[in-house]
Amino acid sequence: MQMGIDLGSRTIKTVTLKGGSMLERRVVESGFEPHRQALQMLGEHPQARVVATGYGRHLMQQHAELDIITEIKAHALGARHLFPHCRAVLDVGGQDSKVILLSDNGRIVNFQMNDKCAAGTGRFLEMMAVSLGYGLKDFGIAAAQADAGTPINSMCAVFAESEVVSLKNRGVPPAEIARAVHLAVASRLAAMVSKTGECRHLVFTGGVANNKTLVAMLEKALGVPVLVPEDPSITGALGAALHAGCS
Amino acid sequence: MSDQFEVKSDPALWEKLGMDVARFSGMPPMLTNAYRGIFLSQQGRPEKMAYFDDMVANIHTGRIQEIYDAKVGGKPVIGTFCVYVPEELVVAAGGICIGLCGGAQGSIADAEKILPRNICPMVKSAFGFKVGKICPYFQVVDLVYGETTCDAKKKTWELLDRYVPTHVMEIPQMKRERDKWLWLDEVKDFKAAVERITDTITDFDAVAAGIKTVNAKRFALQRLNSLRHHNPSPISGKDMLLIEQIAFYDEPVRFAQKVHELCDELEQRIGSGIAVAPKSTPRIMVSGTPMALPNWKLHHIIESAGAIVVNEESCIGTRYYKDLIDEGSTDLEQQLERLTERYMKIDCSCFTPNDDRIAQVLKEYEESGAEGIIDYCLQFCHTYNIEAVKLREACEARDIPFMSIETDYSPDDVGQLQTRVEAFLEQIKG
Ligand code: SF4
Ligand code: SF4
Repeated sequence: MQMGIDLGSRTIKTVTLKGGSMLERRVVESGFEPHRQALQMLGEHPQARVVATGYGRHLMQQHAELDIITEIKAHALGARHLFPHCRAVLDVGGQDSKVILLSDNGRIVNFQMNDKCAAGTGRFLEMMAVSLGYGLKDFGIAAAQADAGTPINSMCAVFAESEVVSLKNRGVPPAEIARAVHLAVASRLAAMVSKTGECRHLVFTGGVANNKTLVAMLEKALGVPVLVPEDPSITGALGAALHAGCS
Repeated sequence: MSDQFEVKSDPALWEKLGMDVARFSGMPPMLTNAYRGIFLSQQGRPEKMAYFDDMVANIHTGRIQEIYDAKVGGKPVIGTFCVYVPEELVVAAGGICIGLCGGAQGSIADAEKILPRNICPMVKSAFGFKVGKICPYFQVVDLVYGETTCDAKKKTWELLDRYVPTHVMEIPQMKRERDKWLWLDEVKDFKAAVERITDTITDFDAVAAGIKTVNAKRFALQRLNSLRHHNPSPISGKDMLLIEQIAFYDEPVRFAQKVHELCDELEQRIGSGIAVAPKSTPRIMVSGTPMALPNWKLHHIIESAGAIVVNEESCIGTRYYKDLIDEGSTDLEQQLERLTERYMKIDCSCFTPNDDRIAQVLKEYEESGAEGIIDYCLQFCHTYNIEAVKLREACEARDIPFMSIETDYSPDDVGQLQTRVEAFLEQIKG
């Protein structure tokens, strides 16, 4: 049995594989003591070979006997498994966003990761949703239904927040602002993808890929279809589980 | 060993230098901790590193005392920020040349009280050291020699001049014939300025001696660098970086001798197969912006991730020592011309065009046996940042794994950098 565990900044994801097929997948909140939570999840499958990835991988390694790989490798492996033609992966998680380019045979040939700035990450979308009074789900839906109009100019998370506040105060409907925020994030992500290189056979992973409005905007900005796994947030855990099979 | 190491304090000396002693007192214990964790925790270090550990232990005391004594004895003490300032001429005048570049986060807040925030951390750190009176080197210098290689620096010098006499040398940013003549004039002005402090003229023999001394120091570093290129490496990248940093403030003759002693040990190690990491360890070359003391951030991340740094294409690195000055001049004019020619070979990103640097990076990549290049850029250092585009293209054309990072001295992005470095190593291992 192989198990992958992805310790993200917001959630912990696990995937368990047996004989190449998925036995179980779970997503739980990280909570205050993510490694305890994670150890408990591992304890349920004591015979599994485990590979950890994500933000908390080093912490896990201090507490349990396991291998680690980076999120970049994990998402590449996971995406490639789900979509064998995949040549590029865009992963947007809570803290950061990355683009990974793969060769024909699935080797990582290049990758980019956002720098210190939070714009274009899950955290940014969340901050904006909160300041507009939306839950994460309705935020995307509202954006999809709004009229075109107001653009957001600042892509710095701090400035964007004050821009959102001032738009609200000017009486711009929240849905329209939500749409502007989505567009701004989509264009930022599209630029990151194009800058890294190829955007054919692009797979979008990570929790943010659940946002259908954003996916649609991204497709439009890039001019190519964007493939999204059925449950994009577990792609990294899946990649880690797959790696546990070859290590 | 690790527990005995301690960065020493000498409040009486600091007082004499006009430092903010109360504030500075926190610095040695902080450095002690950092140094133990980053350097002394390494396995299998060469024994001759002891001298360099000692230099760090005495960084705020013994070495400062030496410089202070020389200064009281009428020798010029000149602080510089760039490898273009010809230290040969300072040494020729019997003086001391020290690199002042700031590499610490702690002084940045001081600088930001005056300077804008969006300039590179090196300039801010250095300026902050002076305005906060928290760098003994800055306090001991008679004057600072700045240069015009970037906008942040050249404009900061105007402000720095309010705190310490700051002279600026115009470095042309092209390398045409006429630029050489401009540069030569600047070198002559520099010589005159050094002479004004000592009130003597440095003649042909003095300049010849200065050139010899500094050549010998650079040559020792060349030897060391080629030994560390051996696979498996007999010395870590962190230790190498440290020595390259110490090269900027140690007494040059003693320093060269100590580097040779270390080289002898490394030769023995290579002969008997002793290394700091197994042969299979991924080998990384770092290129880009210089890493002023005590900026050990990237090297520490890379080596903690299980790789080894095998070359620094940097001003704290090969740009400082790859070229020597021809010692065969027959008169002073020729000496200064040859000196200028040597300095013109430095391929800082401030030049345009700058294809020589790209070629140099590729050459060093081959020579060092590296398996990938991490190009390092300080935030807001536009020339290196933009030049990374061409470097990436050149590397991609040759299938050299390449990653560029932009960062500053703050610890906030360490986690993210770790991930990127580890992913880069995974990419190399395939
Ligand atoms: S990078 Fe350029 S400006 Fe900076 S020290 Fe080196 S040569 Fe001087
Ligand atoms: S690092 Fe770049 S921006 Fe900073 S002083 Fe050097 S050349 Fe200027």
